[in-house]
Amino acid sequence: MSILVFLEHHGDELQKGSLAVLSKAAGLGAGDVAGVVIGSGVERLAAQAGAHGAATVYVTEDARLEAPLPQPRVDAIAQLVAEKGIETILFAQSILAADIASGLAARLEAGLNWQLTDLAAGDNGLVGKQSALGDSVVVDVGWTSTPRIGLFRAGAFDPSEQAAAGTVEHFEVQLQEHSLAAEMVEQAHAEESGPSIEEADVIVAGGRGLGEPEKFALVEELAKVLGGAVAATRAVVDAGWYPYSAQVGQTGKSVSPTLYVACGISGAIQHKVGMQSSKTIVAINKDPNAPIFEFADFGVVGDLHQILPKLTEALQARKS
Amino acid sequence: MRVRPADHPPPFAPSDAIAAPTDPADERIEVGVLIVGGGPAGLACAIRLGQLLKESPGTAERLGDVPVAVVEKGKSAGSHLLSGAILDPRAVRRLFKGRLTMNDVPSYGEVHSEAVYLLTKGAALRVPPPPTMRNHGNWIVSVSQLARFLAEQAESGGAAVLPETDAQKLLVADGRVQGIRTGDKGRGREGQELGTFEPGSDIVAKLTVLAEGTQGHLTGAALARFGLEGSQPQIWALGVKEVWKVAQPLEHLVHTLGWPLRKSSKYGEFGGSFIYPMGPELVSLGFVAGLEYRDVEFSVHDVLQEFKTHRLVRKILRDGERIAWGAKTITEGGFHALPKRFHAPGLLLAGESAGLVNVPTLKGIHYAIESGIMAAEAAFRSLQRGESPGRVGALESYDEELRGSYVMQDLREVRNMRQVFDKGFFMGGALASAMTVTKGKLPPKDFHSEANADRTLIRTDRAARYPAPDGKLTFDKLSSVFLSGNRTRDDQPNHIRIQRQVPRDLADLWVRMCPAQVYEAGAADGEGTVTVEVNASNCVQCGAITAKGGRLTPPEGGSGPEYTIT
Amino acid sequence: MKIAVCVKEVPDATAHKRIDAGTKRLDRSGEGALNAFDANAVEEALRLKAATGEGEVVVVSMGPERALNSLRKALAMGADRAVLVTDDAAAGSDLVATSAVLAKALEREQPDLVLFGQQSSDSDGAVLWAAVAERLRRPVISQVAELTLDGASLTGKRQTEFGYDVIRAPLPAVVAVADSINEPRYPSLKGIMGAKSKPQETLSLADLGVDAGSAGGQGSRTEVLALSDPPSRGDTQKIEDDGTGAEKIVAFLAERRLI
Repeated sequence: MSILVFLEHHGDELQKGSLAVLSKAAGLGAGDVAGVVIGSGVERLAAQAGAHGAATVYVTEDARLEAPLPQPRVDAIAQLVAEKGIETILFAQSILAADIASGLAARLEAGLNWQLTDLAAGDNGLVGKQSALGDSVVVDVGWTSTPRIGLFRAGAFDPSEQAAAGTVEHFEVQLQEHSLAAEMVEQAHAEESGPSIEEADVIVAGGRGLGEPEKFALVEELAKVLGGAVAATRAVVDAGWYPYSAQVGQTGKSVSPTLYVACGISGAIQHKVGMQSSKTIVAINKDPNAPIFEFADFGVVGDLHQILPKLTEALQARKS
Repeated sequence: MRVRPADHPPPFAPSDAIAAPTDPADERIEVGVLIVGGGPAGLACAIRLGQLLKESPGTAERLGDVPVAVVEKGKSAGSHLLSGAILDPRAVRRLFKGRLTMNDVPSYGEVHSEAVYLLTKGAALRVPPPPTMRNHGNWIVSVSQLARFLAEQAESGGAAVLPETDAQKLLVADGRVQGIRTGDKGRGREGQELGTFEPGSDIVAKLTVLAEGTQGHLTGAALARFGLEGSQPQIWALGVKEVWKVAQPLEHLVHTLGWPLRKSSKYGEFGGSFIYPMGPELVSLGFVAGLEYRDVEFSVHDVLQEFKTHRLVRKILRDGERIAWGAKTITEGGFHALPKRFHAPGLLLAGESAGLVNVPTLKGIHYAIESGIMAAEAAFRSLQRGESPGRVGALESYDEELRGSYVMQDLREVRNMRQVFDKGFFMGGALASAMTVTKGKLPPKDFHSEANADRTLIRTDRAARYPAPDGKLTFDKLSSVFLSGNRTRDDQPNHIRIQRQVPRDLADLWVRMCPAQVYEAGAADGEGTVTVEVNASNCVQCGAITAKGGRLTPPEGGSGPEYTIT
Repeated sequence: MKIAVCVKEVPDATAHKRIDAGTKRLDRSGEGALNAFDANAVEEALRLKAATGEGEVVVVSMGPERALNSLRKALAMGADRAVLVTDDAAAGSDLVATSAVLAKALEREQPDLVLFGQQSSDSDGAVLWAAVAERLRRPVISQVAELTLDGASLTGKRQTEFGYDVIRAPLPAVVAVADSINEPRYPSLKGIMGAKSKPQETLSLADLGVDAGSAGGQGSRTEVLALSDPPSRGDTQKIEDDGTGAEKIVAFLAERRLI
């Protein structure tokens, strides 16, 4: 069974998610795993792929591939799949990767399973674990034909070191006309104001327990030192303490960051459904019976006005 | 000085819900017959009209492009409907005579057996079902599902069913009802127009049928405007119910009286519970209590949770899972609180908003359907060539039909049963039995009831006995609101009219009373009053506030709960 | 110009969505509603039509016959026409099968622009637009938060993990709009009442020239093998702050390699 992992890069680095999927695939022990890097001037990235389990790293470089657009990448990967007889193509969730995976599925008439949190080699091929319906059910999914395409959820696992040959192999890609039609006019650059809550890896959220609107400053400072975004509960948005765009919950946004710090939030279900699939939840609340403590991974019963500044300070100290 | 909710009336007058048409004539929406309320009464009316108009194309043509329209404020028909429910099938059979039978109507089958228990904290004493509680021949239904079915029937009969449309004002001009004005959409918390603002419309019709159910917004305004109010004040009860998936089928219908309600008349606690099997896998259970209760700490939702901890109920719910929750008031005034007339020029009143509920038998759905059928027939007669529904007296025949029907006969027989429970459980029970046996002839004197909001408040430590929610058998209000499917937009204008500065007792009464945790008692302001905060988007539009000193008005169409199986 | 909007009816998003243990598919037996994210796409189409002063907005969908109800919501908002591909053989179609059917329906329409909503509330992340664009051989731009038409091309500003991209593509093109692009309008009463009389077409797979075997469960390349409960979050730890609460949080975060 041959597996190809799409290695997404941004600037000078291969994305952590891609490396995680790569090391996962390598760890399956189901045959050789290759990575593919697509862009312009990207060969130097191949070394990172070797360190995480890629026996081979396919590289294609072309000025037309510089912009992170999906359709040319569909051409590249489809070509590789045909030339090398690849059976399984894996992606780590990102806006770009999802578009590529889907376009590729149509190009190859291949099955695509998404929101995967795990993958294992079974008797009849690969079986994935998919988290569905707002994480309320886990579905074992399979593919009825090859090639197979899998799209892993963001943050499903961490990259691990798996030393492998990492032999670089260049290939030229024939780009289709429709793939070249879209043109990147201006490429994204990080916004000064920090990540939006939908994309943020870390979210610090404030609720009624803050006591007054001014205390959101405590939440903002903690978010800043963690490099995260600020969110709010319905109650405080209703009261005008914070804008609706920051509201997380049933009638606000749904988020699933790697870390969610809930400050002065009771954890009523209307809020819970908006953040329950966060990978790690830390809660600070002075009410020991607050429902949030039932599903937070780490909870501190105490006065957030004392704890938050100390926490921010301690984290700041670690950084420097 | 005792606090009475009625001493702190809301900033609302019935005339606030009456207006003349304001849209330019070519922007008004014209329909033939406009029915307000997509419940059993309104939909039965629409279905019957569809049947009559099919046989009378000439009349249908005179009603224009939209001969029959039903407006419903919920997301879809059934979204705001909640009941036990046991249905007497006679009215459904009349409605679908020659076309469908009860087997075509969604239900959970016929009642096989039933039991009535008198509960104490630790025991359940089985008592023979009073004659008013014999349900042989009746069917178990979900009124929410029933409405969805009736809506489909109404639409295939040619009616336009318009959900997510709230009726804010009754249009009255030239002494007759001209239609309704629907509510605006896309306003913000302060009433400002948001980017999506869509103004309401005037819907004008030859005849308007109000079938709004409990606490009808326009019905209340119409009763005042046309001098139709009955001899006694209308009163209500609040019911909170849940639907559970159960591990073992419930064999019979259960009603209970007694615990956890308190017997002494000083508390004014009248009511009981119902537990109905819905097929072998589901159970519908609820607690109903009259809103004449006096204790500020009384909470029907919490009493339901407490009730579930009784041995009898635990057994039924063991290893089960709660899948639905809801709350709604029930009109309880009966015969004495019926309006003087059920019609006015261009207007008919049908169903529960006309007061047609039989409290001792806990039934009203078949009356709603029956009155809907009669309203359709009266409407049809008044739309014949040479007649006009706007003419004074044109709709007289509706009243005659209704008053000569079994609906009125039933209500008359049990007319004093509810009110006697003001006298407390035992005294009331004895009187009620006397009434049943004599079919309403004894006792001879008609009892007078007090409006729910006129009751003076007392305070006990009732709340100390409510169980702490454990998330398995007992639940808090917020997670219950979530289960009702309520996803109301947070920044909608507040649709609840109350005095914001009230005595603490009244504030606490509202806080406990509301099953959806809408009210919060804020800081005291030093003059013996507190400020009441309103979390309007929690509201499941049960109507309890209207009975106890405030006024529920319809929020933006489509808001509120989305009941499916209640 | 003709704008086609691909929409879907999904189970109404009240408390209990469940996968049927027997069919292993989403239980769609309850109320259905227009996928909320598709309303953004319909709204954008209506705005573009209003801006250019002419054109047609047609909503296209694949689903059971009763999905027409949800399509009517789009018509009530102002769309001109609805096309529903409905066929028993299409039930249970995966991405490959669904995109093939939709592409055929879209080819029949020859729209200048195809719009999709950001995601579907019933499948947590299906990325249909890229597959459809591939079959139509048209450029695709996703997550568009701002869309401008410029004669024969369009420009989309899209939000990515790294900030905003601005991408241009010639028409005909496929665009998936983000939910931040607009606030969908409420249908007016007149719109709701008029929706029923707007053209609504139902097509079978045969009408589209799609072989029944290439759709539905049969034509799907993925399968559901089993359902299980999600792993519990693991033990929750709860401590009282005695002045060291902040430090303990730091230790916890470090242990989890989050800082």
